[in-house]
Amino acid sequence: MSNQELTRLSITALRDLLHRREASALEIARAHLERIEALDDTTVRSLLTVTRAHAEQQAQKADERIKAGEDSPLLGVPMILKDVMITNGIRTTAGSKILEHFTPIEDGTITRRLAEAGTVLLGKANMDEFAMGSSTENSAYWPTRNPWDLDRVPGGSSGGSAAAVGAEFAPFSLGTDTGGSIRQPAALCGVVGLKPTYGRVSRYGLIAFASSLDQIGPFTRTVEDTAIVLSAIAGHDKCDSTSLNASVPNYADELHKEPSLKGMRLALPREYFGVEGMEPAVDASIKQAIGELERLGATFEEVSLPHTQYGLATYYLIAPAECSANLARYDGVKYSSSVREPGANLWDVYEKTRGQCFGREVKRRIILGTYALSSGYYDAYYLKAQKVRTLIKRDFDQVFERFDAVVTPTSPNAAFELGAKTQDPLAMYLNDLFTIPTSLAGLPGISVPAGLANGLPVGLQIIGRALDESTVLRVAHAYEQATEWHNQRSRVAQL
Amino acid sequence: MRRGRLYTHAKMAITRADVEYVARLARLGLDEQELDRLTSELSHILDAMQALRQLDTSAIPPTAQVIPLENVMRDDVARPSWPVQDVIKNAPATRDQEFLVPPVLD
Repeated sequence: MSNQELTRLSITALRDLLHRREASALEIARAHLERIEALDDTTVRSLLTVTRAHAEQQAQKADERIKAGEDSPLLGVPMILKDVMITNGIRTTAGSKILEHFTPIEDGTITRRLAEAGTVLLGKANMDEFAMGSSTENSAYWPTRNPWDLDRVPGGSSGGSAAAVGAEFAPFSLGTDTGGSIRQPAALCGVVGLKPTYGRVSRYGLIAFASSLDQIGPFTRTVEDTAIVLSAIAGHDKCDSTSLNASVPNYADELHKEPSLKGMRLALPREYFGVEGMEPAVDASIKQAIGELERLGATFEEVSLPHTQYGLATYYLIAPAECSANLARYDGVKYSSSVREPGANLWDVYEKTRGQCFGREVKRRIILGTYALSSGYYDAYYLKAQKVRTLIKRDFDQVFERFDAVVTPTSPNAAFELGAKTQDPLAMYLNDLFTIPTSLAGLPGISVPAGLANGLPVGLQIIGRALDESTVLRVAHAYEQATEWHNQRSRVAQL
Repeated sequence: MRRGRLYTHAKMAITRADVEYVARLARLGLDEQELDRLTSELSHILDAMQALRQLDTSAIPPTAQVIPLENVMRDDVARPSWPVQDVIKNAPATRDQEFLVPPVLD
């Protein structure tokens, strides 16, 4: 098989090849690395660090395990990690200058679990700084570009992870989602992206942005691949006191149990449709997708999630407040970057290091968050937002009494041009309108490709009950298999 | 396309003095330009937050965490931590296996 043919393949197809000894893990790793080396710099610029030597080492170990007869679902499969997940001995930047030379001394739990599963790490993906952003334009390094149109953004904050999978640099990558940072770039890059239930996947080793919202999740090109990765990363971790002690199903097996959606009750929240700023072509794709789901046997009913409109304000008080606490540790003392001028005292080191090494959006959110938590404002802002969070969660709880899943567009727009929304922070925040409430409620949500709007990918979002990723995946899989979108390839993929 | 000073309001939700004060709390060094820009941006953002006031939340409990976990503990058993040389590996300055910092007090 040529390199080109190998890098098109899904996780399941690669595993098939590996199991039948038609290709080695080393050959597969090299095929992907060569593709990255040939294309990344001049197209999407998705990676901050490429880990060739490490990848070849891991591939060789995987080949030994395969030779010994092992057949596990991710053995020998290459992947990419968002640069917000620590990797032992491999630089981890969180997209920031403040961690430009930071080399972690251990792997995070998920990094370790995937290594133990026999995956091969190809590199660390670019991202909005400290996961704050919706376009990857806030990366302190460079903006990543959309594999469908290089003048456009891939979305964010996991833009690098999404673009890499869309460009066929890896069959899967991991990103993180706090207010939509997996789902929105998945929609914009035409790939599958899942945010698991809060607590489903360990956050140990995940550089924290907002601790009550952050979740690690996969990007893949098929829903079945997402199910495979989810089974490998989900599960309790004693190192993360917010991780849930709930059993992990074999999500891929469950997908094949019941192919039809007959009897599936799906809800359409009216607050997510007819919204100002919704692109007509995106709206049309979503309507078509709903029609498709009906043909597959699902029934739809319009519902209301009445507090949806308060989601943005709630999120942009809670997340910055939590980030202001989580980013306090970057002080010019422990994590490599430091600005020390002659005659400076410790306070100067703090202020100058943080002032010079944090980017604009990060500083904006630290100030906003600190303000919302400060004496005199805590009740009016932070506490108020937490109470509205309860209302938003209750909206979903009520709908889930009568429905199996909620279906919405993932994003009001397809990929926009670089620079189009950087002048006005609020305009950028609107990208997360449809993804934020799910995060606030801690629910699982997936974005699955639902066609093209003027040649650019559109994502359909499916939201489920807490810990019901199985239903979410089932609906997504049925839709995917009934449509052709998962076979459409980005411009860069075709290079 | 709006440029320059984007937002003008009769009454700013947050003042420049507020931003300066908060920046000090957050140990964030900001130059004059940044202070101006942040004051107007944050004022605009906080204006948008005022919508939350429309909701009566007097009887609503806050949600700090969406999961039903409380006080997750482990047994208080001492176990080895990291070797010191690993802990200080990323330090910008060290002395005698310790993080080296300038004086706290002048």
